[in-house]
Amino acid sequence: MVSLENVSKIYKTKNGDVEALRNVSLTVEKGEILGIVGFSGAGKSTLVRTINLLERPSEGRVVLNGTDLTSLPEKELRRQRRRIGMIFQQFELYDSRTVFQNIAFPLQYSGLSRQQIAEKVHRLLHLVSLEDREKMYPSELSGGQKQRVAIARALATDPEILLSDEATSALDPQATKSILSLLRKLNRTLGITIVLITHEMDVVREICDRVAVMEGGQIVETGRVFDIFSNPQAPITKNFVNTSMNMMKIEDLIAAGDPLVDIRSNQCIVRFTYPDRHGADRALVSEVSRKFNIDVNIFYGNIDYIASRPIGGLVSVMEGGRKNVLDAIDYIRSKNVRVEVLKRGSLFIESDAERCG
Amino acid sequence: MEAFLSNLMPNVADKSTEFWQAVVDTLLMTAWSGVFIFIIGLILGITLTLTKPGGIAPNAPVYQVVDKVVNLFRSIPFIILLAGVMPLSRLIMGTAIGMEGAIVPLVLGCSPFYSRQVESALATVDQGKIEAAQSMGLSTPGIVLRVYLKESIPALARGTTITIISLFGLVAMAGAVGGGGLGDFAIRYGHDRGQTDVTIAAIVAMVIIVTAVQLLGNAIARKSTH
Repeated sequence: MVSLENVSKIYKTKNGDVEALRNVSLTVEKGEILGIVGFSGAGKSTLVRTINLLERPSEGRVVLNGTDLTSLPEKELRRQRRRIGMIFQQFELYDSRTVFQNIAFPLQYSGLSRQQIAEKVHRLLHLVSLEDREKMYPSELSGGQKQRVAIARALATDPEILLSDEATSALDPQATKSILSLLRKLNRTLGITIVLITHEMDVVREICDRVAVMEGGQIVETGRVFDIFSNPQAPITKNFVNTSMNMMKIEDLIAAGDPLVDIRSNQCIVRFTYPDRHGADRALVSEVSRKFNIDVNIFYGNIDYIASRPIGGLVSVMEGGRKNVLDAIDYIRSKNVRVEVLKRGSLFIESDAERCG
Repeated sequence: MEAFLSNLMPNVADKSTEFWQAVVDTLLMTAWSGVFIFIIGLILGITLTLTKPGGIAPNAPVYQVVDKVVNLFRSIPFIILLAGVMPLSRLIMGTAIGMEGAIVPLVLGCSPFYSRQVESALATVDQGKIEAAQSMGLSTPGIVLRVYLKESIPALARGTTITIISLFGLVAMAGAVGGGGLGDFAIRYGHDRGQTDVTIAAIVAMVIIVTAVQLLGNAIARKSTH
């Protein structure tokens, strides 16, 4: 649907060149919700703006349905932009216009009659559940309602793709949830492709199908949301996943040296991750404690839902003879459960680390 | 009432026709020059906004020239400008004196001020709103008319009010060098002949006019703020 090919963006400043994007290539599939995550300054805002050429790349091409946007003359580019809707963190509604007029804004001078515009605006108001607000001004609306108006306005030109630039970052948790579910609904019912940038992993796990992680102007990791959450590769990705999953909070405790995670020499703290619901079927914990004569004390257990699939896991302390514990870990691994040893007592020597993974 | 006024302001009562003519002249000069100032100021203010670095149609040469010319004319004291542009007035209006002769210096003296007012009014429109309009496929003229001007009406109304009020000051000065109007009236009788009541009458008339303009400007700004 959209592909960015070797896109770079360099800003020239007094203090030298700043590379906001470095040789980024990315394909957005038709009908998907793609999340782009990264800390501020990672280049995600610049990236999403290159899709509709609000930022013109210094190098590389932006191809929309086979049309190279970067090569289009200004007038044709403006026509193509109408196929790409965009919503913003600060909504960017026009304060001097009513809700109705804001939504009608991109339709004026588009060849539609006044009545056709009115019909379309009412359809869009219905779609975003704001039928009774059409005569109000933006200043009379809540943040969530403003974003709904902005979404309706972005949809007025029947775009095939919707770009969302931190659209929920200025909203309270409840409004965030309702906007995300609206986006999900639009994606399912209209089949509109959505590219969404955010710094919140919760947003990604709530609605995205795929995710691209950005750092330093580059995409460091791309994958299905479930895979990224269950098996993050790059350090920054792990960092992001940690912010969103309770299962991962244990690492913060360990890093902070919390007394809760003080362990004796014959103990180690491990995290089991069940990659799918079948992993959790077996009574693995009691099985290994019988079989290998060790104690397993469960710290924390949880099931997180990622892209509507459960990721189950346990954080627990294993205690026993060195060989018994190591054998137990091997055994659990052989049952297709991921085991990470997060902290080990002094009994477990350095070379075990490899085996402990 | 009339008797009371002629007791209070005998010199004004003597020349009430002349007084009302002065009021009308002041309003006419302000209105005529105001129309040109409004148009020129809008054009220059919009040009500055669009062509400045980071604007939606950046153009360094145009921006630099307009910016410098505006600064140049703003730094010339009006009384000097008044004398300096007389040849130009003769060229354009056919005369350098009277109401016609005052229009050229008024326009030259006030348009740069107004263009800065327009520029700062347009700057109240958030950059994100401009970006949103671009993302919806609007052209530059479309953005100027439908976003910049429409969204900044309250700020434009305030800037225009300030400009009109300072224009009255310039009109009074222009009047004193031959344009007629309340400035001329007050200087000729009030100052030169020591008829203080004439000066006071001119001041009262100006206070009423300025207050009316201010109230109107406030009302427009308020009505257009949602």
